[in-house]
Amino acid sequence: MSPAIRAKGAGKKAFINARLLDPINQTDIIGGLLIKDDTILKSGADVIDATVPEGFEVTDLAGACLAPGLVDMRAQLREPGFEHQETIETAGKSAATGGITTIIALPNTDPVIDDVAGVEFIARRARKVGLAKIFVYGAVSKGIEGTEITEMGLLHQAGAVAFCDGVKTIASARLLRQALSYSAFFDGMIVQHPEEPELSKGAAMNSGELATRLGLTGVSPLAEVIQIERDLRLAEMTGGRLHFAHISTGESVEVIRKAKKRGLKVTCDTAPFYFSLNENSVSDYRTFAKLSPPLRSEDDRQAIVAGLADGTIDAIASDHNPQDVDSKRLPFAQAAAGGVGFETLLPISLELYHNGHMSLLDVITKLTSIPAGLVRIKGAGTLAEGTPADLVIFDPDRPWKIDPYQFQSKSKNSPFDGRLTQGRVLRTLIDGREIFTEGA
Amino acid sequence: MLRAKFFQDHPREMCNAMSVMGPAADHYPHPHLLGIEGLTPGEITLILDRAQHYAEKNRSADKTSNILAGATVVNLFYENSTRTLTSFELAAKRLGADVINMTVGTSSVKKGETLIDTAMTLNAMNPDALVVRHGDSGAVKLLSEKVNCAVLNAGDGRHEHPTQALLDALTIRRHKGRLHRLTVAICGDIAHSRVARSNILLLNTMGSRVRLVAPPTLIPSKIDRMGVEIFHDMEEGLKDCDIVMMLRLQLERMEGSFIPSVREYFHFHGLDRAKLANAKPDALIMHPGPMNRGVEIDSEVADDVERSVIREQVEMGVAVRMAALEILVLNHRKLGGQA
Repeated sequence: MSPAIRAKGAGKKAFINARLLDPINQTDIIGGLLIKDDTILKSGADVIDATVPEGFEVTDLAGACLAPGLVDMRAQLREPGFEHQETIETAGKSAATGGITTIIALPNTDPVIDDVAGVEFIARRARKVGLAKIFVYGAVSKGIEGTEITEMGLLHQAGAVAFCDGVKTIASARLLRQALSYSAFFDGMIVQHPEEPELSKGAAMNSGELATRLGLTGVSPLAEVIQIERDLRLAEMTGGRLHFAHISTGESVEVIRKAKKRGLKVTCDTAPFYFSLNENSVSDYRTFAKLSPPLRSEDDRQAIVAGLADGTIDAIASDHNPQDVDSKRLPFAQAAAGGVGFETLLPISLELYHNGHMSLLDVITKLTSIPAGLVRIKGAGTLAEGTPADLVIFDPDRPWKIDPYQFQSKSKNSPFDGRLTQGRVLRTLIDGREIFTEGA
Repeated sequence: MLRAKFFQDHPREMCNAMSVMGPAADHYPHPHLLGIEGLTPGEITLILDRAQHYAEKNRSADKTSNILAGATVVNLFYENSTRTLTSFELAAKRLGADVINMTVGTSSVKKGETLIDTAMTLNAMNPDALVVRHGDSGAVKLLSEKVNCAVLNAGDGRHEHPTQALLDALTIRRHKGRLHRLTVAICGDIAHSRVARSNILLLNTMGSRVRLVAPPTLIPSKIDRMGVEIFHDMEEGLKDCDIVMMLRLQLERMEGSFIPSVREYFHFHGLDRAKLANAKPDALIMHPGPMNRGVEIDSEVADDVERSVIREQVEMGVAVRMAALEILVLNHRKLGGQA
């Protein structure tokens, strides 16, 4: 972050009587945290009212959770090129409301982030807006056209934390092999959208009974695992670091579980859509539930939950994809796919905890330290001394009803519209500055 | 009435019909006709009984009525159609309504206003009914949410085509006297057919058995969950059927290779006299039209006056659409009057 914004980091703060969730040390204790300017000075059980030094502004959190700010490793900000759907500023506000302090943005903007200038543009805009910390994926192929490799090394040097072709599958086996192989020298990671493009051509939803009844073209869930199986071979062959984004089927979980057992350097994430919704959300042609990959069967949803619980699925990302009304208010087949996700990422993920599938600390770990580690962002996803004071304070139990028209995002296309959920962000801090306060 | 006469001759069928399906509903409770899904046997019977009345009237010298005089019916067709459009136009005119036809080419839709804008524009002109055909599944339902007149689905994508299923049902009922305990084989391009989906729903609702006969590539996934039996071999599929319903091979909707060639398709899945011999001797031959002669049906069987009811289907189309328009517009007027 730039010095200009650091200067705004206001003095000395102390949070006491908090449920401290530290994903790095894997501790879940009652304690407190001290902030000096933009960094964490100290955190732990011994930070209590009596031990807070002179000059700190003390806030008693009354048992609310305090965790590292969420690190969202898959989101679309739609700037540059699609500012009518979202901008870096509205995305930043939306992320802050959702407790997200670090975003890794997809490169499928217009122009595509496939050169150094693009990476620098995003960094400059993010600094100016001064909300969430924004990093980018560099495109794997020029113009994400799937043919020619980008200047991956230079992109990496300029700040691209990993590489992907946005919402497109890297279909060419040759291209993926080269990208995996080449990026290994700077420990680059390739992120794949696993969907076999030929099988999924023209598809609007998951294939099966509902697609047949609605008369919509379906894509078989096998299109996902077919792509994953091919790519695992390429990862094995090249020794490159491969990550599968938003996996959505039980077969995918199974195949990745086996690959990890074999010792492959492969990781994956999923989005809240895929562990909290199934294809029935599409009934009545609800275009807000049109996503890519599509919502799957209930069996698949349960397999995703199991994959998260046993660690096969490493991380949870929002898959934030803002679409304007005109892109969604269309016949289902013509409507754009995607849903906004920043402001529902935490509460929907907390359903895993409330439903007894995972501990609160495990859920937070998948939202913070693991994604930060995958994209090699230092100082994020931790409460360690000397790291940036990027924090989220939340009440894990507070019930509320999701109303997209209250969202800060410029787009309101949430498939969770009207859902009753639990868990509310109370405060979000970036570099010690409180950029979101609930009810303020 | 034909149905009454049939029951006079076959009192047992009367008992069956009543016990299985019950009497016609006393009113149609829905604001629109978007599909067969959600209709009860009584509601279907209500429409068919009214359509039967119009079928008789249409054969008499006095074809027209003025029950919908002063009403405006807009036919909004996003797909080219001659038969269905003409049928709806004639139906509305015979009821005394004013009819406007709007045929919107799919290419101009992309350039011009959206479906919703068109719907709002037409809605502002206060029509009593909108008859809509669209190439996308669910498009007619989407449109119905944005207007405050009655909407009739004249076919949306591969989803539903309710008036086709109703006119097929009326044709069957006139010949078989019932809609239950029949075995109906729907043959051909199921995957791309809204007619098949509406017919499966209607025939299942009324208590008949439905078989689907097609090569595996034209059978959509998990369609067995809709309560049908699936056959790939046509001779086996037609065995002891009461009705053979052929579908048009929709080559224009196919992306990729669903069938190797028209020649091969006709060889295995085209209806000819030899394959038809497996069905019951009095089995009816039906086709929603337009037919691809020599592709899914041989001319010899298509034109067989003893067995083919294809032309009667067209005739019943007008009657069913008159019944549907009448019921919906009168419903709408009643609701409008209350508001």
